[in-house]
Amino acid sequence: MSPVSSVERQRWDVVVVGAGGAGLRAAIEARRAGARTAVVCKSLFGKAHTVMAEGGIAASMANANEHDDWKVHFRDTMRGGKFLNQWRMAELHAQEAPERVWELETWGALFDRTPDGRIAQRNFGGHEYPRLAHVGDRTGLELLRTLQQKTVSLQQEDHRETGDHESRLKVFQEFTVTRILKDADGRVAGVFCYERESGRFLVLEAPSVVLATGGIGKSFKVTSNSWEYTGDGHALALLAGAPLVNMEFVQFHPTGMVWPPSVKGILVTESVRGDGGVLRNSDGERFMFDYVPDVFKEKYAETEEEGDRWYEDPENNRRPPELLPRDEVARAINSEVKAGRGSPHGGVFLDVSTRLPADAIRRRLPSMYHQFKELADVDITAEAMEVGPTCHYVMGGVAVDSETAAAVGVPGLFACGEVAGGMHGSNRLGGNSLSDLLVFGRRAGLYAAQYAVSGAGGVVEADEVDAARTEALAPFDGGGENPYTLHQELQQTMNDLVGIIRREGEMAEALERIGALRERAGRVAVEGHRQFNPGWHLALDLRNMLLVSECVARAALERTESRGGHTREDRPAMERSWRPVNLLCRAADGGVVLERVRTEPVRPDLLALFEKEELAKYLAEEELEA
Amino acid sequence: MAAGTQPPPSHRTATGVRSPGRAAIAARHLRTDRWWLSPAATAAGLLAFVAYSTWRAFANADYYAAPYVSPFYSPCLAENCVPMRGGPNADLFGSWWGLSPALLILVFPLGFRLTCYYYRKAYYRGFWASPPACAVAEPHRAYTGETRFPLILQNVHRYFFYTAVPVAGILTYDTVLTFRDASYAWGHAGLGTLVFLVNIALIWAYTLSCHSCRHIVGGRLRHFSKHPVRYRLWTWVGRLNRHHMLLAWASLISVALCDLYVYLLATGAFDDPRFF
Amino acid sequence: MSTYQARFRIWRGDAGGGELTDYTVEVHDGEVVLDIVHRLQATQTPDLAVRWNCKAGKCGSCSAEVNGRPRLMCMTRMSVFDRDEVITVTPLRAFPIVRDLVTDVSFNYAKAREIPAFVPPAALGPGEYRMRQEDVDRSQEFRKCIECFLCQDTCHVVRDHEENKEAFAGPRFLMRIAELDMHPLDAADEAGLDRRRAAQEEHGLGYCNITKCCTEVCPESIRITDNALIPLKERVVDRKYDPLVWLGKTIRRRTS
Repeated sequence: MSPVSSVERQRWDVVVVGAGGAGLRAAIEARRAGARTAVVCKSLFGKAHTVMAEGGIAASMANANEHDDWKVHFRDTMRGGKFLNQWRMAELHAQEAPERVWELETWGALFDRTPDGRIAQRNFGGHEYPRLAHVGDRTGLELLRTLQQKTVSLQQEDHRETGDHESRLKVFQEFTVTRILKDADGRVAGVFCYERESGRFLVLEAPSVVLATGGIGKSFKVTSNSWEYTGDGHALALLAGAPLVNMEFVQFHPTGMVWPPSVKGILVTESVRGDGGVLRNSDGERFMFDYVPDVFKEKYAETEEEGDRWYEDPENNRRPPELLPRDEVARAINSEVKAGRGSPHGGVFLDVSTRLPADAIRRRLPSMYHQFKELADVDITAEAMEVGPTCHYVMGGVAVDSETAAAVGVPGLFACGEVAGGMHGSNRLGGNSLSDLLVFGRRAGLYAAQYAVSGAGGVVEADEVDAARTEALAPFDGGGENPYTLHQELQQTMNDLVGIIRREGEMAEALERIGALRERAGRVAVEGHRQFNPGWHLALDLRNMLLVSECVARAALERTESRGGHTREDRPAMERSWRPVNLLCRAADGGVVLERVRTEPVRPDLLALFEKEELAKYLAEEELEA
Repeated sequence: MAAGTQPPPSHRTATGVRSPGRAAIAARHLRTDRWWLSPAATAAGLLAFVAYSTWRAFANADYYAAPYVSPFYSPCLAENCVPMRGGPNADLFGSWWGLSPALLILVFPLGFRLTCYYYRKAYYRGFWASPPACAVAEPHRAYTGETRFPLILQNVHRYFFYTAVPVAGILTYDTVLTFRDASYAWGHAGLGTLVFLVNIALIWAYTLSCHSCRHIVGGRLRHFSKHPVRYRLWTWVGRLNRHHMLLAWASLISVALCDLYVYLLATGAFDDPRFF
Repeated sequence: MSTYQARFRIWRGDAGGGELTDYTVEVHDGEVVLDIVHRLQATQTPDLAVRWNCKAGKCGSCSAEVNGRPRLMCMTRMSVFDRDEVITVTPLRAFPIVRDLVTDVSFNYAKAREIPAFVPPAALGPGEYRMRQEDVDRSQEFRKCIECFLCQDTCHVVRDHEENKEAFAGPRFLMRIAELDMHPLDAADEAGLDRRRAAQEEHGLGYCNITKCCTEVCPESIRITDNALIPLKERVVDRKYDPLVWLGKTIRRRTS
């Protein structure tokens, strides 16, 4: 092994980890605030998972309904998150989202338009008014491409001034960060990363590091997330000493494809059910009628005949139980599969082919029809789809200051986007993720730049670099464990035991298995050399997935209630006493430990936006009294 | 491990898919489908038309069988044209022109088709093999495309479009004339009338589906919303334009068949079946 | 459900050389080529290098050539091949090789930087943009681009002529110019920027001989040639090759 001094070092003001929507928005803001900014991303520039977002960007621009404003948006967001949201984040988000969307237009974004030429806004679940700015079903791509092109335009400006495109804003594409480096005082001093293409190591020294790495979905077997979603930012924060908040809240979508394998996890939009698609088990039964909870009995059809009449005549009939809320549908599918009545590949059947004529399906569900035809060779007009719950989004994440996006406890560390926690509480509304990226991406970039140019930050310790290097090279001297096998076992564990429906015993078992996997991961071995070696890359990502999975399992075991994205079969009710409680997860001795903290009371003027009766459903007794 | 150990083959040439630095694969392409079929068929089709039309254009005979005039000879611009009663005689060139009058007028439709964006693709692929098919290496050492003479002249396409419109207008007039019988009495039609009708419909469809036409009627605008009529026209032309290739072939074949029909009548090979 | 053993030939190697290597690998119903590449990684050759990301045809990462045709591996279903067919997978052949199926696509990022960005209209602030749907439709089609660079790979101008890379931006970035030139509020003209002239003189539009391979390979079915490149050529004709326009300009110059 060559000495540490051979690792190249570069000096920057701000390092942004991740080049999705949040990361690029942060980088743009940091550069505009005068900081020399480096962006590090695992994929090519412009490929981030943000492109998968379809629905839109939630912002109360009031183009479609003049009554909309930030207060209504704030209220919707708090309701969706079951009041666990970090309320100041939700407030800032609702207030600043419209500016962030309009700003995109000045950078070249082209949203769908209203007849009078403004940005069109569409309805979405949980939003009181049509609020989502969109471009067909490729809003995420538009957002990411716009930020990418804005980045390039800033580089063009720098080129005109300095002769170098990358003098003030540089993208290190296909680099992976494995450690955040700190100085002797515990402040952020830089990051350690490797270039995927060559395997060479690189240290980027910077007083500010912004984490914008997205989510954790790749710890689960069935997920709509891409390979990049290995919880890198979550783990980097933990290892740097920052806590994660409320990691038990993971959003599952009830209908992701489970078969064929080429599309496993990909979402089947809810409108398939809204347009007549029904769920059946292996006996051909429409089982949802057996799963209507008492509180919903009034509102849902009791017979198939009545349910079928609703599609034509919703005024005089009750809706079919396939249209129950997401968590109810997911729970029902889960129960059928566990009772042995699932489809051959572990889901249930979602059938629209026997319900509507083929041309009606093609007309009403064109993107679904094409998605399955092109990706999976499944003709949804002729056969049923196999669907099951799929891991979609993590609400939990790095605990941050609401205003500045600064991570708790580690000076110089910032987090924004999916990797940051708090904003969405226990459940995220559709459309709020893209606006979250923009609002808090900008804030993280701005405050990271301010912190960096204020002269803070120290020197990277040589032994930190040495340790990071040793850690990164360890898999080449490993003891024979296959990283792919370990990954698959982790995914199976999380899917089966800490999935959409959780039970105490299963989660305890999951923690045992994760412990065993962590021990085996210490012996992981890879073949070949460091040049673009996916086996090695996965071996290094395993550390992150194991850490994050343990946080999820521990927090889920601790929170003895059901709320939003956390459903306990053994604790089915939402407990008001848990409302003001956050669970912080910290790294300790190779594993993680939990800490309960009280949340800051909601500001009275924000509480005043809600009816008293509604607040009584959510707030704990002592909060109501105060 | 089989990977990455062999030295690069020494015979690699300096450009194209075998350029140094690219993946060392000896084959010029790895396509397994019948990629050659399409350029071969295109070349054969175009050659057949060129051969037929050259013969017919130089023949200077058998292009009129009342009331039908071959589209290759219309309008007839020289003195040596056969007189066609009410027909497209327009003696602009006088008696000095001794060659076939078809050559005078065919320049325009020929130029229109030669510079047409579809035909360019067809013959670049079919005759020049530039490229023969997608991801199949072309045989040429150097390539400058349409950046310099003579191919930079392709940019005059829209002027040929401007000439193609009156030519199509005259062919429309010829088609109207086919509603006569052999003694020029109006109100009659034969099989030839039908052939002419199909041909003129295809000629117009091809001419209007032209990319230059699409640009001129509306494509050049930045704000469609300020020009609703031109936007509507642009939409219509765009719909036709999707079928530009099909229309190019259909009208090419129909114009040849139309001429062949007149030729057969003029040589007395058969009589025009009359409908009324 | 049925399973069979498929025969694959995958190019393995790097800039120093390489070769097509044979593999026999299990294939299940409903899989795509990328699934098979992943199975090879997990079971036979863990260091097989490949780029991929969303696995849903939305990010444009897993571009390669399958049986000689540029394609996204995640959108190439195994069911389109005969079971006894040998399926050849190679990296993109227009770009320098990095390793196995991974190529150095920096050419594209360099070209992206050469295209002047959107110029916002000086008089309009955020929130004041008004654009009609029919005015943004054209540019929106081009913004569907997922930057898989299959069009750049298949275009013979650079694929077959390395020396043209400097002068030619490629279909993706000529389409980007068309997108900006058709943007209803782009203020390039006001800023003294002539996108049409630049397309012809700086980005090599004239090299395009409209043979439509870019359109053929586009996984987003963007009609690159008909809707972007040819209209851009016509706009260049407006500006540069229209004799009437030229005459008008010359006369105006003489008289002023």
